[in-house]
Amino acid sequence: MNSAEHQDLAVIGAGPAGVAAALAAADAGARVTILDSAPQAGGQFYRRPAAGLGARRPQALHHAWGTWQSLNARLRAHVEAGRVRHVTDRHVWFVERLETRFTVHALIGPEQTEPDTVTADAVVLATGGYEKVLPFPGWTLPGVVTAGGAQAMLKGGLVLPGRTAVVAGTGPLLMPVAAGLAAAGATIAAYIESADPKSLARHASTLVRNPAKLAEGAQYGAALARRRIPVRTRHTVVRAHGTGRLEAVTVAALDADGRIRPGTARRIPCDTLAVGHGMLPHTDLAQALDCTLDGVNVAVDDEQRTDVPGVWAAGEATGIGGAVLSRAEGEIAGLSVAARLLGAAPDPRVLSAAESVRTRLRAFFAAIDTVYAPPAHWAESVTDDTVVCRCEEVTAGEIREAVDGLGAGDLRTVKLLTRAGMGWCQGRVCAPGVAGVAGCPADTARRPFARPVPLDVLAQPGNPSRNEASHD
Amino acid sequence: MSDRRTPLDLVRAEPGPAYTATFDGREIQVLPGQTVAAALWSAGVTSWRTTRRTGEPRGVFCGIGVCFDCLVTVNGRPNQRACLVPAEPGDAITTQEGTGHDELR
Repeated sequence: MNSAEHQDLAVIGAGPAGVAAALAAADAGARVTILDSAPQAGGQFYRRPAAGLGARRPQALHHAWGTWQSLNARLRAHVEAGRVRHVTDRHVWFVERLETRFTVHALIGPEQTEPDTVTADAVVLATGGYEKVLPFPGWTLPGVVTAGGAQAMLKGGLVLPGRTAVVAGTGPLLMPVAAGLAAAGATIAAYIESADPKSLARHASTLVRNPAKLAEGAQYGAALARRRIPVRTRHTVVRAHGTGRLEAVTVAALDADGRIRPGTARRIPCDTLAVGHGMLPHTDLAQALDCTLDGVNVAVDDEQRTDVPGVWAAGEATGIGGAVLSRAEGEIAGLSVAARLLGAAPDPRVLSAAESVRTRLRAFFAAIDTVYAPPAHWAESVTDDTVVCRCEEVTAGEIREAVDGLGAGDLRTVKLLTRAGMGWCQGRVCAPGVAGVAGCPADTARRPFARPVPLDVLAQPGNPSRNEASHD
Repeated sequence: MSDRRTPLDLVRAEPGPAYTATFDGREIQVLPGQTVAAALWSAGVTSWRTTRRTGEPRGVFCGIGVCFDCLVTVNGRPNQRACLVPAEPGDAITTQEGTGHDELR
């Protein structure tokens, strides 16, 4: 199983960015290994039902399926020709930078106890993103799921958690989630968006340069209207109710300052709440490699190069912007890698199409970001008994005591005093919530490894050549 | 449920033959390729863990392997992420209480 063969390029992640990078580099003659945790390529956006489920129309759960089919066909052709190795079920936990090359350390899934390594001259980090969810009373009840999680379970396993769902939070992801759940048979009792999409009009010049994104939004809007889904903007979920299982949510209107308007609370029976407040990039591997961040994103130059020689990054890891932007960034990264490995600069004419897509969509998502921000005063609704750190079960009251009683003024001190962020997920889920409740900046945590690693794997000799020898 | 559209209808799924696993001793039907979490949702189960501090029920939250809320015991092995681990024929899936290692104390 070991990938002893040395490669020109290792791409981490087989979503839109990773596949595009692998294709561009392989088209230009590079030998590429693409490592991904899933059993099939596609990432979260193009997640497909498991093969055994025999889906004859997977496109019913997807937008722009034809684009994926063509990407996937090109990937398969490269794999069959031996130019790309697509290594599935590999959970990458660390990328080690050696003098002239890199060793990618992975665990073989789903057990994730056996190690595997790939060595390469260059690395593209296409590690994607995950959903941000801010806490509210009741958010730990079974039946409350992230919006993206509900979509992932639907796309991959063809399942719904219940029959009557509320979709809530903020951001454009909520639209396909609501449309998908409804198409699959769920009743959407309410669609609750805390932002006011009308304020997108302030960004009209950016919007008109992205007609495809506007059309996509309009399509989803029409799908919601066709299914008579009640949409409430400038509303928020205040509380989830239930004993052992979600039974209802209370929603309320927001005033212009983002505070709950008294007297507007309304209880909606439901057995599913799909909730999300935007997305965060996966930056662990980049940080462990000492790549500089720009805010929460991996910082890259025009060629998608990080500031660590030999390391490129593309897609959501460099800023949340969806599948089309991810593909453009991946293509630029792959072309850049292929040229730079030969000691040349990439041909500007070859880059230009992807570059103009990148410019347009980065501007579009910058506008989206300003409009779909969580309500300014969300933390005020988080009661003291609300669990904020789900893994360590740290409540808002404990976090406030650490700040008000013990003087904690930053996320790290709050963590040391309360254990918030010290559990299994290493703060990936709770960091924005803890920071908001504590009233301190949501610093990007540095994690030595991108996922839990068994001690016996860590205890193996650190020299990658010995690792390889032991598996040959 | 028969009067309602299902996710399987939507994609015109023709799954391979279902197989049997158990959840806390009760037989459940699993479609090939489904994860433990998907199999449990199909069986109408949404919680399969109790937390170690307050004993609260938990199930799927993020659905993509990030949050670790869906930890479960499969064939005696605790702390498996139900959203990532495929369900296999004959699997004994059991509710995980606390750390899942309590019997070792």
